[in-house]
Amino acid sequence: MKSLKNHISLIIALFTVLASVQIYVSIDRTIAAYESHLKDDYSVIVVTNKAFTDSEIKTMSSMIARSEPISTSAVLERLKGEMSPKNLELLKLTLPKFYRLYLNRFPTPKEIKSLQKKLEKNSAVERVEGFSQTHDTVYKLMMLFKDVVQIFSIAIATVTSMLILKEMRLWQFQHAQRMSIMALFGAPVWLRSAVLFRLAIVDAIIATLILCLTFFLIDYYGFLVTQLKTIGITVELFHFANDALRSLGIALGISIALTFTIVLFQTEEE
Amino acid sequence: MDNVIVADNLTLAYKDFETIISKASFAITAGDFVFITGASGSGKSTLLKSFYGAIEPRQGNLSVGGIKMNRIGTSKLNFLRRHLGIVFQDYKLIKEWTIEKNVMLPLIISGYTGDVGGEQVKKLLGHVKLSHQAGKYPPELSGGEQQRVAMARALAHNPILILADEPTGNLDEYSSSVIWGLLEGANTQLKTTIVVVTHHIPDEIKVPYRHYHIEYGNINEIA
Repeated sequence: MKSLKNHISLIIALFTVLASVQIYVSIDRTIAAYESHLKDDYSVIVVTNKAFTDSEIKTMSSMIARSEPISTSAVLERLKGEMSPKNLELLKLTLPKFYRLYLNRFPTPKEIKSLQKKLEKNSAVERVEGFSQTHDTVYKLMMLFKDVVQIFSIAIATVTSMLILKEMRLWQFQHAQRMSIMALFGAPVWLRSAVLFRLAIVDAIIATLILCLTFFLIDYYGFLVTQLKTIGITVELFHFANDALRSLGIALGISIALTFTIVLFQTEEE
Repeated sequence: MDNVIVADNLTLAYKDFETIISKASFAITAGDFVFITGASGSGKSTLLKSFYGAIEPRQGNLSVGGIKMNRIGTSKLNFLRRHLGIVFQDYKLIKEWTIEKNVMLPLIISGYTGDVGGEQVKKLLGHVKLSHQAGKYPPELSGGEQQRVAMARALAHNPILILADEPTGNLDEYSSSVIWGLLEGANTQLKTTIVVVTHHIPDEIKVPYRHYHIEYGNINEIA
């Protein structure tokens, strides 16, 4: 029973650390997916007095991923009844060219301004519309969300560090006597600390398994994923191979570092 | 006969504290049964601690089993301790281990496990009349029983030297007689060198012994 208690206290501490890291990673992944979603939706409109090819437009800025000409035929179609075909043809020739520019990332307001300036340097460019007001609001909201997540992560990291420190003191108390008695009988350090290392490794594996199961269930029941889909974000909250491996690495790292600390600070009984 | 312990002008002191043992010179030969007596606080236990490397000589030289104890390294100290049997006044049993595993400790450290270790432990628990308690944990045993377990542990690996610090200090008559019987048996049958720190030499000791007395930091051989 006592041994089970020892296991559970470390497993809980490790699980808290792993869960906070995983939550941060999942939120970061969601933000990245949302950013990509915003990037796909966001475009800059450019009005030019001559036709450009996609590659010509791309040379204007490295931020431009692709461009799409906006057809004027719909506007001309509407005017068909009101104008003669000759005037319509004349209008078609004199109408400026419209392009929708898609960017390779969701830009900052500063980047939009710089892009606008770059495009306007071209004498054929008559007007650039970056929709900066709408963009700025969305961008600021996203940054606020990122900051909140970061503050939350720092708070969790502080709390879990304290949990781990407390756990370390408990371990020192629980295992110091056995280790010092073993030292009195000439046990080498590896033998004295073998039990601790075994305990640490087993607990790290168990904590990782619990984390994997928890996130698997969250993914499986899909409540969160569905909610995100409704706002246009398709994201996999838990990448089984990557996340499980990273979590195991963190759990092993923490528990082994904890064990090393105990071994290093072990004092001999006389 | 070889000397197991040799002290030459040995001075012992704890950090920043006054000298406890001053310039002591003596030799304990293999097969000796030695009592070290002295008043409380005279330095008997400190002297014994220096034999298993828990305290280093402040001055002079000390060698145990041919190993110099002055600035001894960890691996040499571990090697020496694997050949010693130590009995402490407060038993120093591992509470979360069974009696059987506690007795097995020196064998585990020396790399003996399985049948060889198991047989030896069974035999020793029989000698200390605790075979029926093998599966229990130290806190479930009385003080006398715990000291008998500690005695069995000290003998488990056939050490060259047994160091005992007040082994029967607060024990009942029966446990005391079992422990003295075992120490005598190890000395006469296995030729193990025994060094016992005690307030009082028991009357039931039948083997010839040497007696050192500590007073005011000086060690004098009485018998």
